[in-house]
Amino acid sequence: MAKIVIDPITRIEGHLRIEAEVNNGKVSDAWSSSTMFRGIEKILKTRDPRDAWFFTQRFCGVCTTVHSIASIRAVENALNIKIPANAELIRNIIIGIQNVQDHVIHFYHLHALDWVDITSGLKADPAKTAALAASISDWPLNSATYFRGVQEKLKAFVAKGRLGPFANAYWGHPAYRLPPEANLMATAHYLEALEWQKDVIKIHAILGSKNPHPQTFLVGGMAIAIDPDSQNALNADKLMEIKRLLAKAREFVEKVYIPDLLAVASFYKEWAGIGGGVGNFLSYGDFPQPGSGQLWMPSGAIMGKDLSKVIPVSHEKVTEYVDHSWYEYSGGAGKGLHPWEGESEHKYSGPKPPFKNLDTDGKYSWVKAPRYEDQPMEVGPLARLLVAYASGHKEVKGAVDGVLHKLGVGPEALFSTLGRTAARGIDCLLIAQETPKWLDQLIDNIGKGDYKVHNNEKWDPATWPAEAAGYGWHEAPRGALGHWIKIKDQKILNYQAVVPSTWNASPRDAKGLRGPYEAALVGTPLADPNKPLEILRTIHSFDPCLACAVHVFDASGNEMVKVNVL
Amino acid sequence: MGDSRESVDNGVLELDYTVSRLLEKKGVSRRDFMKFCSAMSAALALPATFAPKIAQALDEVKRPTLVWLEFQDCAGDTEALLRASNPTVAEIVLDVLSVDYHETIMAAAGHQAEEILAKVVKEQKGKYIVVVEGSIPMKDDGVYCCVAGKTALATAREVCGSALATVAVGTCASFGGLPAANPNPTGAVGVKQAVPGATVINLPGCPLNADNLTATIVHFLVFGKLPATDSFGRPLFAYGKRIHDNCERRPHFDAGQYVEQWGSTAHAKGHCLYKMGCKGPETYHNCPTQKYNDKTSWPVGAGHGCAGCSEPQFWDTMTPLYKRLPNVPGFGIEATADKIGIGIAVATAAAFAAHGIISATRHGDESEGAKED
Repeated sequence: MAKIVIDPITRIEGHLRIEAEVNNGKVSDAWSSSTMFRGIEKILKTRDPRDAWFFTQRFCGVCTTVHSIASIRAVENALNIKIPANAELIRNIIIGIQNVQDHVIHFYHLHALDWVDITSGLKADPAKTAALAASISDWPLNSATYFRGVQEKLKAFVAKGRLGPFANAYWGHPAYRLPPEANLMATAHYLEALEWQKDVIKIHAILGSKNPHPQTFLVGGMAIAIDPDSQNALNADKLMEIKRLLAKAREFVEKVYIPDLLAVASFYKEWAGIGGGVGNFLSYGDFPQPGSGQLWMPSGAIMGKDLSKVIPVSHEKVTEYVDHSWYEYSGGAGKGLHPWEGESEHKYSGPKPPFKNLDTDGKYSWVKAPRYEDQPMEVGPLARLLVAYASGHKEVKGAVDGVLHKLGVGPEALFSTLGRTAARGIDCLLIAQETPKWLDQLIDNIGKGDYKVHNNEKWDPATWPAEAAGYGWHEAPRGALGHWIKIKDQKILNYQAVVPSTWNASPRDAKGLRGPYEAALVGTPLADPNKPLEILRTIHSFDPCLACAVHVFDASGNEMVKVNVL
Repeated sequence: MGDSRESVDNGVLELDYTVSRLLEKKGVSRRDFMKFCSAMSAALALPATFAPKIAQALDEVKRPTLVWLEFQDCAGDTEALLRASNPTVAEIVLDVLSVDYHETIMAAAGHQAEEILAKVVKEQKGKYIVVVEGSIPMKDDGVYCCVAGKTALATAREVCGSALATVAVGTCASFGGLPAANPNPTGAVGVKQAVPGATVINLPGCPLNADNLTATIVHFLVFGKLPATDSFGRPLFAYGKRIHDNCERRPHFDAGQYVEQWGSTAHAKGHCLYKMGCKGPETYHNCPTQKYNDKTSWPVGAGHGCAGCSEPQFWDTMTPLYKRLPNVPGFGIEATADKIGIGIAVATAAAFAAHGIISATRHGDESEGAKED
């Protein structure tokens, strides 16, 4: 038995370390550890709740809108603030393009190199590459000349003998399966996606000043004023630019990302049987329709891979354990605490750096262990789609069945590394197709003379009750995100975020149940333990975001009197 | 503040490839290259005639390696880099620098990744540039941020200590940023404080404007030294003027036309956001001129006040976000407090009546600010 360590796990957000036991060429056990801590919730205490979105936004610069959205929703929930229809639609558009851009960047820039050997692309025939590309998509750029140009650039780059960010990778590893032409095609699109993502995310700049970290969120609405007769507000010109960019986003997803995903997946079908994980899935649902509040993506939980039953989700069933995390509960170990009653004091008890191994029998991570009804849950695009699929969501069902049919696999293939990666693509496609509809609704409202974008009724803290508590939910690109807040005397009494990567990167809990990364790694085959490419494939399929995952919550002895629930 | 200039003179580096030759190999036309040089001279606040000089200097430049370290970060500055204007050429210029280590984008992982970093430090001592993103925790022997089992502090000392120069990108790496906000649970500090012996230039912002990073690197390649800075280590070309002094809404401030409510007519017509908590009057940054995402917009342009994100400890000194500054220290380049709102007496009086503002003079703001406390 050998124990291997991968630290840093690269091509993710944040600092993640994986320790794994390997037996007979397979991972027999694994531990997921986050190795960075900032303590932002502690920093939030006593601040103005209207500022919380600005602080929590800095949990992560990749998921740069998600904590702002969850935060303003939590405060609006606590203070019972209803937002105008236009603000809801603008938020939906911001969330939509965030998901689409994030998923594409993940596929090409963070995940693709686990499946695509760029060095093999040097041997490809550009004409054959163009033929391959033409067989799966009518994307106009896919010509022999174009692929030859990319190959020339690549050759010049390699000839320099300095591979920069591509140096020292697992090129030539036996687990790479794509023919040279497919590798060249994917490499070309890797470069293209870099240009594309810069352009489409300008939607955030138009609606919210900049990206990353758009500065536009307000408790009660949004800060972008609407006025067709002003150059300092959202007008026809800006709306048309957003429309153009949304069309560009959709076209790239339909003609480049999805065909590439299917082409790459068809060479790696055995990965539909690897990396399943815990088999429990949680989605909070999102994209509220203004007025009705009806969610376009439904909420729900699925337990034990049982797609015949969708369980309704209640925020009260979320708890967090710290038995294997570097925190201490005053009531002792072995208990999970709800975010409102939660408490923790960070207390590092790991080895003194520099260290070779963590004490995986004891505490080994800055990530807590969130549980739903005491069960570990996987969150993310796969969970979102499974819940929607099992709920009979028409578009989701059609898209998922279509992809399964193309790959020639059944629904059970979804519970895997490949299924997770495919689900992200389907999620991206559906959101790219839906987002323009929210823009059309917004244009329609403005056309009718509705320019309202902020509800001022409770902007002044003097209008607030002495005490309030609330929570805000959001389906971030990486999955179910919840922020819980307590407000006392117009200030933050305490604040807790339970974020997608906290669920997925969770260490073991009091009962010793593994978190989703850990469970998914068990059984993963390794061709060469010194080059654990296969571990990266499964970990990257979750799209880890570790800066988000770690936070600390401060205890308060005050019982809240009243809870507003939406 | 902002006038104590320092400049760092760095030695000459080994020449191996010229930039323009590399660019040609990568299929970048001379025309695009010249366009990029023009954009860079603008970003560096140099006259347009300087572009050919930049081109010439880049043609003769020596190529250092660049390593990018992430500590207590959120990857926001990395993402900003991915959104840089003049993308193709700027990226290639960075690539020409040979980005040998960057955890978010590099293909290698684990010990293969660490080997690359160790190799750079060992073989190119004193010749490479290091970019640092995120703060460095000093409390409890630095256990709050470990990569590959080593603390951020140990890595920073080793890697920044052996570098030709360190560029701290974003407010966390520059001054400690959010992790250092009260009560600073992990004892977070900026790079210069963690490694006092290192040559550090600060490019704060949350995140930084990537154009300022590209411009700083080009400045270095062109002149062989880092740009002149203010007392906080920020290059004067990007942080030499206040937001307030270049703000597109400045005429409304001078005319006493303020937004008092989100979504109001004044908000839609682009009036001054000072009363909504805008920190522009105390913030040194080139946002109004450089803007973000290929000059698409910036916070005040999109209707939200400036948060002061390029200032040290802004998380504590510039919050609450929506509370107006107690007083405005100096009203711009020439205007004085006495002149505010008196310039066009009639129009201003009308505007004051319309918005029910008692007074927009410094004295008035102080008394209003006092009421809010």
